[in-house]
Amino acid sequence: MSIALYILTMAVVTYLIRMIPFTVFRRKIKSVFIRSFLYYVPYSVLSAMTFPAIFYSTGEFYSALLGTVTALILAFFKKPLIVVALSSAAVALVVTLII
Amino acid sequence: MKLTFLKGVIHGFPIFLGYISVSFGLGITAVSSGLSFVEATVISATNLTSAGQAAGIEIIASMGSLIEMALTQLIINLRYALMGISLSQKLDNSFSVPCRVIAAFGITDEIFAISYSQKSSVTPNYMFGMIFISWIGWTGGTLVGALAGSFLPAVITGALGIMLYAMFVAIVVPVARENKKVLFAVMISIIFSVIFKYFIKLSAGFAIIICAVIASTVAALIFPVSEVEE
Repeated sequence: MSIALYILTMAVVTYLIRMIPFTVFRRKIKSVFIRSFLYYVPYSVLSAMTFPAIFYSTGEFYSALLGTVTALILAFFKKPLIVVALSSAAVALVVTLII
Repeated sequence: MKLTFLKGVIHGFPIFLGYISVSFGLGITAVSSGLSFVEATVISATNLTSAGQAAGIEIIASMGSLIEMALTQLIINLRYALMGISLSQKLDNSFSVPCRVIAAFGITDEIFAISYSQKSSVTPNYMFGMIFISWIGWTGGTLVGALAGSFLPAVITGALGIMLYAMFVAIVVPVARENKKVLFAVMISIIFSVIFKYFIKLSAGFAIIICAVIASTVAALIFPVSEVEE
């Protein structure tokens, strides 16, 4: 299947989700369940995408493992996004070079 | 005070900086998943959504179906529908339907948060300015990341492949640390993600959908969120 078709599908679906409610709806969602569900979606999605995929992200297990530990520790101490990302990659690179 | 285009650009500058770094990681991941740097950049230019694009790239790499692609984007990006409804209550009277149709393209977590927090009503030009600068950062960062992924030696791009996931960690962990309800949802999601990876083989997109729907449903039933917390 052509990659253009995948990209078109992604773009159209994502746009319609944004456009239709923004243009058509004029009142708030009252349901506590739906509001709560949507509140948890970003965190659930990012977690499911990250674990266990992060352990395969460098192509080599030990560099990915130590990179992950670095990211978890720095994120726990609320370091900025870019600091977490670069430190994690730096640790992964050093481990790859040593092994 | 009126919210002008320039004001939107200025308020959008922190978003621009954040987007450059996240999309750089996305570009690296896209190229290492077999996409060309042109394809990677076009995805960012037309989608403007980090989690949705990362999942989309996985689906393309595993040659998933278009139904899987559409459903995955629907679930992951469903929150934008809620944001759009909330934001529509805060719009200026000058926000005509054509303006809404254009500005809807740029509803992201960050653009929503900053627009929504304004005291005065949100004008079309303000949103256009913020979307413009954010889009430049998002698309440009992806292009640079994808080029780096194409031309840097494999040992470096391998290590850089962890960046996108490390940023996801940096988004979730600080919130989960303070908020036990979010931590609960995160744990459920990870448990199912591990099950779908090692025990019940499921394609990437569907695995993410099911993890997200189960975790968010259980968390919403056990720990409903009041409006103040959002």
